[in-house]
Amino acid sequence: MYVAVKGGEAAIANAHSLLADRRRGDRSVPALRLDQIVEQLALGVDRVMSEGSLYDRELAALAIVQARGDMIEAIFLVRAYRTTLPRFGYTNAIDTGAMLVERRVSATYKDLPGGQLLGPTFDYTHRLLDPELAAGADVAEPLQRAGEAEAMPRVSAILAREGLIEPDGDMPQDHVPGDITREPLEFPMARDIRLQALSRGDEGFLLALGYSTQRGYARNHPFVGEVRIGEVELELDVPELPFAAPLGKVRVTECQMVNQFKGSAKAPPQFTRGYGLVFGQSERKAMAMALCDRALRAKELGEDVVAAAQDEEFVISHSDNVQATGFVEHLKLPHYVDFQAELDLVRRMRAEHDARENADMLEDKKEAAE
Amino acid sequence: MRGQEARDQAERKAVMATLAQASGDDIVRLWNEAGLASEAELLRGPETGLVTVRGRIGGGGAPFNVGEATVTRATVRLASGQVGHSYTLGRDRQKAKLAAIADALWQDPTQRQTVETALVAPLRAAQSDAQKKRRAETAATKVDFFTMVRGED
Repeated sequence: MYVAVKGGEAAIANAHSLLADRRRGDRSVPALRLDQIVEQLALGVDRVMSEGSLYDRELAALAIVQARGDMIEAIFLVRAYRTTLPRFGYTNAIDTGAMLVERRVSATYKDLPGGQLLGPTFDYTHRLLDPELAAGADVAEPLQRAGEAEAMPRVSAILAREGLIEPDGDMPQDHVPGDITREPLEFPMARDIRLQALSRGDEGFLLALGYSTQRGYARNHPFVGEVRIGEVELELDVPELPFAAPLGKVRVTECQMVNQFKGSAKAPPQFTRGYGLVFGQSERKAMAMALCDRALRAKELGEDVVAAAQDEEFVISHSDNVQATGFVEHLKLPHYVDFQAELDLVRRMRAEHDARENADMLEDKKEAAE
Repeated sequence: MRGQEARDQAERKAVMATLAQASGDDIVRLWNEAGLASEAELLRGPETGLVTVRGRIGGGGAPFNVGEATVTRATVRLASGQVGHSYTLGRDRQKAKLAAIADALWQDPTQRQTVETALVAPLRAAQSDAQKKRRAETAATKVDFFTMVRGED
């Protein structure tokens, strides 16, 4: 028998107004403005843009407030919003070599054209909590250093001159870049599609997988050839203009991971590469992405697939935190009928089990008596 | 003639790039200060949609899709006949409309100079200053390596 149950409308409405109240918190504390979040929680905004896969700072800030700072909920909100907008097209590929660089470091070359620019980094801080920040102390203007703007070629281009590193990843001439927002995932997948999935993938998941490769699960000897952060221009080809329409600038983080490779049946000894490119300032994510990209190229490079980070279907199927949270969190929604059925089943199995046990016991007693 | 046409296109694109990078508030402020006309027939939009941003594998290899960005666009026609377009990151409809009108006005030889001096030049100067400042701030974080000499030889 199946009995449909209705109810909970009032409870749901009241729960949502309670949520709104708790979200606002103590009314004597000023409400957050979106520009405060954009300016002062910028890396949180960047994470929501990167994993929400939508570059729009104000929307990401709104999502963070609406989600009470729950990043995955905020990412979910942004993903949902994306689906309401029409698509104007695909931009021309950005040129990270022409980036207005705000940070650029290489762990492989000390002296490289353009130099090592630390930029606004947490590196080399002592990770001591700052009581002055808590007291709202004024912050000094940063120092400036005059000088000519130097060209900053990508480090991969420098290594390429020696011929000891594989080139930037190419695809067959007639290959159209795949788009996971348009076509369902299919395995095995081309590297371009993998990169799209990784770029919006969960930072924590990719970080853990990248870490696992360093600890020996598919070790691939990585060096950070380069991490660079800065703004790049976007252009879109449109039929109404005789040139590509300039759209403005977006900030991205790029990581070129360089991996020592002793060679295989498919490729000679050389440096191979993993690539990371994400929205905003997010170098942990870009580095983790590059480690995963390299690990996932195992088959292409003739390596044995022995670890989770090399398993394309495992990594890509589980890297999306909106999908993951949807499936995990749905478990808390009412499953009354499913559970009732399971309960009946388990009761019946238990009764049968007990009946068998009793019968066996009787049998044993009988045998003992004889 | 062909050279002139190419130069015109490059200039028009540069104007569009400057407007796309400017904030809507700055455009409105300069627009009002200059007393530019904002009457135009809207042919399309302003409407907000998405573009998919593309990168290249390894930085210079085959293209792949990174993610989406919001873009607002508009197309207008002036009474004098010029049609102007705008595309700009974000969701600022007023900005998109004014940028499209600016593009149309710029194509009118009698208006071009006004658009250039009253609107584009100040925006361009501000953007250039901001860029120089950002570059100089980054340059101050450049590592100057020096070598420690040890021993006598």
